[in-house]
This record gives sequence, C-alpha cells and structure tokens, in this order.
Amino acid sequence: MSVQPQMPAVWRTETKPHKFCPGCGHPLVLKALGEAITELGIQEKAMLGCDIGCSLLAWDLFNLDSVQTHHGRTVPIMVGIKRAKPEVITIAYMGDGGGYAIGSQHLVNTAMRNDRVTVILVNNIQYAMTGGQMAPTTLPGQKTETSPYGRDVEATGNPAQGPEMVAAITSEGAYVARGTVADVRQLKRFIKKALENQIAGRGFSFVEALSLCPTNWATNAKETWRMVEEEMPRFFKVGELKVPGEKKEG
Amino acid sequence: MAKGAKITIAGEGGQGVQSVANILSEAAYEEGFESLYIPNFGPEQRGGVSVAYVQIAEDSIGSPKFKTADIVIALSDRAVYRTRKYVGPQTVFVYDANIKGVEDALPRNAGKVLAIPAIKVAKEELHPRVFNVVIMGAVIGATQVVSLEKAKAALEAKLGYKFEQDPSLRELNYKALERGAELVQGLI
Amino acid sequence: MTDKPIQGEQRVFMTGNEAVAWAALAAGAQIMYGYPITPQNEIMHYWTRLAPMYGRKFLQTEDEISAGFTTIGGVLAGVKAFTGSAGPGNTLMQEPMSMAEMMRLPTVMVVTQRGGPSTATVIYSQQEVTMTCYGGNGEGFRIVYSTSGQQDLFDYTIKAFNTAWKYRFPTFVLGDGYQAKMREPFVIYDPELRGIEMVKAEPYMGNPGTPGIDRDPAHLRNTYNMEDELLEAVRQIGAAYEKISPEVVEYEQFETGDAKVLLVAHGIVSRAAQGAVKVLRQQGYQVGHFRPITLRPFPGVELKAAADKARHVLLIESSYGQFKKLVTDGIYGCTTPILSYLKPGEGITVEEIVAEAKKLF
Repeated sequence: MSVQPQMPAVWRTETKPHKFCPGCGHPLVLKALGEAITELGIQEKAMLGCDIGCSLLAWDLFNLDSVQTHHGRTVPIMVGIKRAKPEVITIAYMGDGGGYAIGSQHLVNTAMRNDRVTVILVNNIQYAMTGGQMAPTTLPGQKTETSPYGRDVEATGNPAQGPEMVAAITSEGAYVARGTVADVRQLKRFIKKALENQIAGRGFSFVEALSLCPTNWATNAKETWRMVEEEMPRFFKVGELKVPGEKKEG
Repeated sequence: MAKGAKITIAGEGGQGVQSVANILSEAAYEEGFESLYIPNFGPEQRGGVSVAYVQIAEDSIGSPKFKTADIVIALSDRAVYRTRKYVGPQTVFVYDANIKGVEDALPRNAGKVLAIPAIKVAKEELHPRVFNVVIMGAVIGATQVVSLEKAKAALEAKLGYKFEQDPSLRELNYKALERGAELVQGLI
Repeated sequence: MTDKPIQGEQRVFMTGNEAVAWAALAAGAQIMYGYPITPQNEIMHYWTRLAPMYGRKFLQTEDEISAGFTTIGGVLAGVKAFTGSAGPGNTLMQEPMSMAEMMRLPTVMVVTQRGGPSTATVIYSQQEVTMTCYGGNGEGFRIVYSTSGQQDLFDYTIKAFNTAWKYRFPTFVLGDGYQAKMREPFVIYDPELRGIEMVKAEPYMGNPGTPGIDRDPAHLRNTYNMEDELLEAVRQIGAAYEKISPEVVEYEQFETGDAKVLLVAHGIVSRAAQGAVKVLRQQGYQVGHFRPITLRPFPGVELKAAADKARHVLLIESSYGQFKKLVTDGIYGCTTPILSYLKPGEGITVEEIVAEAKKLF
C-alpha cells in the first residue's frame, strides 16, 4: 500500500513532479504556504511573484496567478500590483540572495513604507541555483564557491540578520517572523499570520524560513538536518520578532 | 570510424553523462587531437535531461554544437526523445537495453540502432556506480576515437585520488571500460 | 607569493571561464569584483581560489551595479580591476559603464552572453552586442573584443587590460556561454615572454603629496552645467576615440580575395563560418569570410572593401540583428545585397552555414 501525501488544494498537479532537487527545503515551505492560502480561502485573490534563483521553480507550482520577475525585483513588482489593485493579496517569494543582496534596497524601502505585501524569504545560506556562491547569510567559516577557504567575517561581515533589520525599520502594524523547515507547523502558523496581516491591511509582513540545500552544501541527510536544526539557529533566532499589538511566539 | 567523431551523450542528471564526456574529451586531448566538449545546461541544479556534446577531430573544430552526430548514446527514455534530432543516415544510435517503452521513439532514419545492456552489466557484473564508465567503454569501442590506454590514463587522472584510497576501484573502472567496449564489438 | 602565475608556456585543456581567470592573473589584475550570474560564475570560482596564492583580491558585491562601481573604484585607486557579467547582470552594468565612458576609465569587463531579453536562458547567445557596444546613456566610446574560443579569451583578456590602460576607454571581452562552459585545448603563457608590452596602471586619486599643497587635487567630474560644455566634452572624447581607433581595430579575413559570397560573422559563429569556408572551397564554391574582432571600433572601411567585391553578403549571428546593425552602419554605401541568417539564442553549426551559402549559387 502506498501512502499518498495530502497536498493543499491550491497545488497544481499538472506541473508535477516539480523541479526542485531531492532534499530541497523549498517544497516544504511552499506546502506550508499552499495550506495557509487554502485555509484562508484566498486562492482567488492571491498572487505569487518569484525571484530568480531556485525560488523561480515555484512559478507554475500552484493554481495561482504567478509571475517570474528579475533577481531582487520581486518585491517592487508585487508592490506595484498591490498599489494598483489593493484588494489582491500579493506574495513575494525569494531567496536570501534576492532578498538581502541585490534586492535589499527594495526590501528596505518597502519595509519603511510599511507596504501591505507579504514577503516569504527562503534562507539556505548560499546562492543555490547558480552553483553555491557566498550569500549575505553564509555562516562564518562556511566554504562556498566564492569563499573557498571559508567565509572570513573580518573581510565580508557576519551573516545578515534580515528579520531583525525589517522589524527595526517597519512601523506598528507590520508582522515579522523567522521560521524553519525543521518545524513546518510553526512555519505555517507564521505564514498564515503574515497573510492575515495583509488581509487585514495592517502593514508589511515578512517571514524568513531557514531551509536546506544538500545539493550545494554537499551534505548527506543527517548532516543536512544538523545544519538546519543545530547550526543555523546559532546565528538565526527562530520566532516572531514583531506582532501588531499582540504577544510574540518564540 | 577512427580519426574523429561527433558524439552526443544524454541521460538523466546523475547518471554520469558529463563525467564520461569530460574524461573522453580529455583523453582525446592527451592523445593530441583537437577536442571540444560542451555540456547542455538549464537553470536547475539537478534533474532534467543531461546532454553532452563531444567533438574529436584532427582539424580545428568549427562550432561547439553540431547538427548530426556520428554516434548518439541515450541512457533514459527522455534522453531518447531528446537526442533523436541529432540522428542522420550515418549515425549509430545506441541506447541502454534497460529503457522501456521507447520502441516507437527510436529513430527510423539512423544508420544503425543498437541496444546495449550497460545498466545490466554494471549492476550484475561490476557495480551500479560504474555504469557510466561502461558507457564510455562502449563509445570508445564504437568510435575508436581514443585508445583504451589513453582512456584509462584519463580515468586515472580524474579518479586517481579515489583509487589511492581503494585500489579495487581502479580494477573495477578498468574492467567497466573493457566490458563496455566488448558490448559493442561486432555490432558496429 | 608574488611569483608569476604562469611560467613560460603550457598547453592546457580548460573551460573559457578558467581561461579568463588565468589571463587576468597573467595580466596583473589585482582585484576582481563580481556577482553570481550564470554562465560566468566560474570566473569567480577560479579567481577566489587562485587569487590568494598571488596576492590578489576579490569582493563579491551585493549586485552588478555595485560590481561595476567597485571596479571603477579600483581603477580610480590605480589598480587593475575587472569584473564579469551576462544577460540581466550586463544590463545593470550599464549604469557604471556609462560613468566609465564619460570619465574614460580603464575598466575591464568580461561578458559571457546568454539568451535575452530579460532572464531568457542561461546558455548562449550573441544578444548582448548592442548593449555591450552602445549600452547605457552613452555614445559607445568603448573597446569591445569579440572572442571566438579559449585561445582568444586568454589572449584578449590580457590585451584588454593593456588596451584599457593605454587608451583609457572602458574595455570589454565579449564571449558567450558556449565559450565559458566548453572545454578545448589552447596555450597559456607569460605575456612578457612573448614580448607583449604590459601597460602599468596609475592612480586617478591618491597620488603622493598633499592636494592643494604638493600637487593639484584630483577633481573628477561627470556632470556639466551647460549644453555647450557638454558638447565640448563629448567632442573631445569622440576625437580621442577616433584617433586611437586605427591602432585598436582588429579583424581577420579568410579567402575573401575572389569570394562571390562573403560570410560575415563574429565571435564563436565566426569559427563555424571559417569551417564553412573550408568545406565550401573544397566543393568548389567561391566563398570567403570576414571576421570583425573589435566590434568597437568597428572595421567598417575594411569590411566594405571586402563586401564591395562580393556578389552577396551572408550575415550570420545568434541574435535578431544586433550585429547586422553594426555591419550596415559600418559599410554604409555598399550596394552588395545582404542576406541574414539570424538565430537569436541558438548555436549555429558549420553545416547550417554551408547550406545557407549554397543557396546563393
């Protein structure tokens, strides 16, 4: 007897199997996102923008209107849509490179404006689709294709604290959290609250998700999970950073 | 078919297509030929059909890609579909006998169509990991582009460090080369 | 640690990206600034591994705009700095490269053309010709070498540094994704052993002495207040560019003397054209090939001379007409009919060119 996993209603079966690598964290995040969208009943008015990088492989994953953008430009495109049509729910989906490097100016300005968009940022501590180069979130000493001798924090700084920065510069009404694929139930709670924040029109919403990339980390299953469960949380604190007017979890 | 060849190798990502192409083209280079190898690649890191184009010649090579191959090796059903367009009336089309459901897809315009049991040989006689080396042996056997000796040297250059740690691997890989060449003997 | 990276000469079997990294080392490049984009990433991968062994540096910037401007910074500091990009990254580079054009800064940039417009493919094209030659809000005061394989990539990356620092125009090595990713044999060498004059870099800012006291301060501008000032400035740059063009322009001709059909192509497509000439001549067809090597400055005079003698020009490129525009502009007045074989984003084989040329007989 084979076990059929339950996929969210918004999952598009015609485009499966998807193109993510075996062991990738994106499908876990996307499944949580899909369930949140289904449970909130926003399939009709939700729109997905994908960055360039592995996140782009989600462009035809859902039965949602989706658009591929340019690297780092997903946020302004979703802001553009939202400002023109405030009744839609815009979701900008990207990686740590698209969010914190090339897209950082847009992220900062959108956060400062408290734009009513939702950003889901998947953090796997390197540029995956281009073959594993160093990213702003790369860990100290971590070997990547452009830090082959290990990341030197003296020369290149410490891993970027994205949600912390966003929480600091957004106004009241924003929702900011960091979840992890090591706790998908919690991640889904965060994503749902982020989307609810946009639905209620309170402010900017941002969820970073610690994720896996065994392909470029060159790790086996055990080591991959150790990275996301033990190593990454040493540098990236999991929990809610900003909740409009309420008590924070984590 | 000595003195040069245009070779297309295709399979699923992970079957070792690029490794074979790399080692083969390097062996030809060591033998003093003009040699050009280029992988086909899309944006994904994994998955998708992996295609390699290898050209070996005495004269300078004009373009990295070519219209018609002298030999095509397809290692999966998707690869069969993908590589049909490189087939011409002189092309030898080789596919692994293990691939199911492609009888209708096999090119009818090829010079020769051969099914070789490379996966079977690797699994039953050697080790699944050297499947792509069996394929490499088959390509060498079919085209005679490089000597088996030079191919072994190229294997040594690439995998020598692994052979140091486990000398039985050297045996295994050399055997795989030879078995691959044997598989096409008499068929071409 | 500061030994020469290449001693003597050596025959190697490498990818184009690796060739570029070695050439930059051999040329004395001190620092590379870059950002990930396929298919040029491996230039950075090789550079970051080799650089520390020879006392060179690297910074991965936050994006290509920054990579371009940090390269400008390196050059202003008087150091041989370079960068690389492709596709949408090249698009972003146009802002810094416009500044380099206006201020005549000797930046070196390697472009590995990929499909366009927008993200398109990561693989190959010749669709960044217009952008690399005339991008940004500039007039195209740039030097652009179009390479046709690994030996070219090695030779012209070294040359790019010398050309840039001698003539002081932003210089580009225009390759493509095929060259970047393919492997073929070529020779790497110590340029000085071959008698190549290695031009020294000099600072624009930070020269010895206190500004205003020991020396004039460097006041570098790219803005002007009035139209007539700008007119004067651009005319000066233009005049300087025209003056050096004859020294810089490069091209190659293959059996064009009695050619009835003249194949015109650049970059890697030129190799296929060269192969086609061989095949066609063997079969008795009078076909020749003119290959511009510098797209800027463009060898218009020489190409026109070759085209005037032919019955037909067959223009071949992996773009929708970007090279064609350079050609028609360059040979204006030539009455030979031009036929085009345009394949945006896809490779062109020797067989295809042979077939197209035969149609003209």
